[in-house]
Amino acid sequence: MAREVTLQRKLTFTALAWLVAFLLFFPILWTILTSFKTEAEAIASPPTIIPTWTLENYFEVQARSDYFRHFFNSVWISVGSTLIALLIGIPSAWAMAFTPTKRTKDVLMWMLSTKMMPAVGVLVPMYLIFRDTGLLDTVWGLVIILTLINLPIVIWMLYTYFREIPVDILEAARMDGAILWKELIFVLVPMAVPGIASTLLLNIILAWNEAFWTINLTASKAAPLTAFISSFSSPQGLFWAKLSAASTLAIAPILVLGWLSQRQLVRGLTFGAVK
Amino acid sequence: MGSIALEHVNKAFGGHQVISDVSLEIEDGAFVVFVGPSGCGKSTLLRLIAGLEDTTSGAILLDGVDVTDQGPAHRGLAMVFQSYALYPHMTVRQNIAFPLKMANIEKPVADKKVDAAARVLNLTDYLDRKPRQLSGGQRQRVAIGRAIVREPKAFLFDEPLSNLDAALRVNMRIEITELHQQLKTTMVYVTHDQVESMTMADKIVVLNAGQVEQFGSPMDLYKTPANKFVAGFIGSPKMNFLAGAAADKYSATTIGIRPEHMRISRESGDWPGRVGVAEHLGSDTFLHVHVDGAELQTVRTEGDKDFAPGDQVWLSPDPSRIYRFDRGGLALR
Ligand SMILES: Nc1ncnc2c1ncn2[C@@H]1O[C@H](COP(=O)(O)OP(=O)(O)O)[C@@H](O)[C@H]1O
Ligand SMILES: [Mg+2]
Repeated sequence: MAREVTLQRKLTFTALAWLVAFLLFFPILWTILTSFKTEAEAIASPPTIIPTWTLENYFEVQARSDYFRHFFNSVWISVGSTLIALLIGIPSAWAMAFTPTKRTKDVLMWMLSTKMMPAVGVLVPMYLIFRDTGLLDTVWGLVIILTLINLPIVIWMLYTYFREIPVDILEAARMDGAILWKELIFVLVPMAVPGIASTLLLNIILAWNEAFWTINLTASKAAPLTAFISSFSSPQGLFWAKLSAASTLAIAPILVLGWLSQRQLVRGLTFGAVK
Repeated sequence: MGSIALEHVNKAFGGHQVISDVSLEIEDGAFVVFVGPSGCGKSTLLRLIAGLEDTTSGAILLDGVDVTDQGPAHRGLAMVFQSYALYPHMTVRQNIAFPLKMANIEKPVADKKVDAAARVLNLTDYLDRKPRQLSGGQRQRVAIGRAIVREPKAFLFDEPLSNLDAALRVNMRIEITELHQQLKTTMVYVTHDQVESMTMADKIVVLNAGQVEQFGSPMDLYKTPANKFVAGFIGSPKMNFLAGAAADKYSATTIGIRPEHMRISRESGDWPGRVGVAEHLGSDTFLHVHVDGAELQTVRTEGDKDFAPGDQVWLSPDPSRIYRFDRGGLALR
């Protein structure tokens, strides 16, 4: 009897898990399916489920705007901003984790609080600053702003990882003659590799997906994939199939990266709570 | 060379005074032990010498040079931590070679030194392992190896043996003492274990509440403790103290008698009492005696004396070995 109950429960939970996963994935699946339909199929009601598997949308999207240019802009922006944020974040988190003061917690909270501010509130001043400094529609401009946006998360994540490293080991390095940068490069960073890798991956993904600033501060030259998608929902009306093709192209790289680094990511997102 | 001098060193952590006006001269080549109860500031004092903590005031001199404002990387001292603090991502070889790498010593030269250190410490077969694949005693050896390869001015040890089991602790104690005899380099060794301090030290610094109670050779401290604190801390089992009428007779506030200088008899003596617990160590027996109107007194006798719990006995001191203390706890001579 008891065994039957557990089996039943197991089946129920498995089915439930699959259902939830399916619901979450459905929009992405639908987008991918739609990208292979003709425009007529895409707006048909009742909807056609199985597409005709045409690649026409992809050719048209590529013909209308250069996918690879946007792709490389996205790469530069997300990788560049993440690397710079790590470069600043590692020494900052090191200082806060290993030589905390009374105010360390407050500084950390303040950093986090910048994430709570609605971005629209500073859009106009940021736009004006970017315009006057010539950063508008430049990859560098976006690297700077995404570095600033990601920095609080980078520092928080690194801080939680560093806190798990015994300070004795860093002190041993100092006694062994390691000056500051050698202590960081030869001891702290190698010991924190899993944490740093999670931070790197998560922030690349966050930067890749960031749509508010990347769309508002670019026109064409520096436009990344987020701006590329939004350009397909414009004047000529909505072309669902083409929009889907563009979206699929935009999310594909990060989906693959996320898939390959699942384990690292889960560890990173649980902030070292699961080992 | 490695003489260390502390001049009026003070250290406070946010208003909490941990080290108060400590002045010390440690000669080149000495084995000096800092001993004292837990929390008295031993580690802090060692870390001040290391440069891992900044002094609040006062000066620290190495070989006569003021290093108070120098960071730990520049002082040329080596430290062995209680936790061993090995680099977990490096092999044993890389761990031991790390200080040499930091000093930009060429690889062939460094390899030779690492091999030599590994031979001395019986680590040759483990050079390619990671620290987590080693036992506690082996990790301790790696930590020592890492300290000796670079020929530091002095070694600093912070309770290096307290994570080892008792048997290993005795072995390592001897190994460290032998290492000192071989290298003749200054060693400063922190422990809360007075047996370790007595057996290893040339000179002992007894610390209490951030102050130096006494600085001297183990036998000095044993024979002529400066005060009641040192008298009670040095020697095992602990010195017995008696106050009141017993002390008045010797015109002192308190008198102290070491367990080995207390005589016990069934017939007669100065103080009557009753045997409580008897600890038989084989060679010796420690008898804990309840004396009327005084604290529990410990008597050390030969192993074959048989007193049983509950026996009525008399205690009396060896009159030439009585320590006398005044009201402030200072020794009267
Ligand atoms: N970094 C620190 N911040 C605040 N107080 C400290 C710090 N390090 C040590 N202390 C305090 O200083 C005192 C002495 O500590 P310590 O030197 O570690 O003692 P010991 O090694 O003799 O056990 C303790 O009361 C401890 O709480
Ligand atoms: Mg200590």
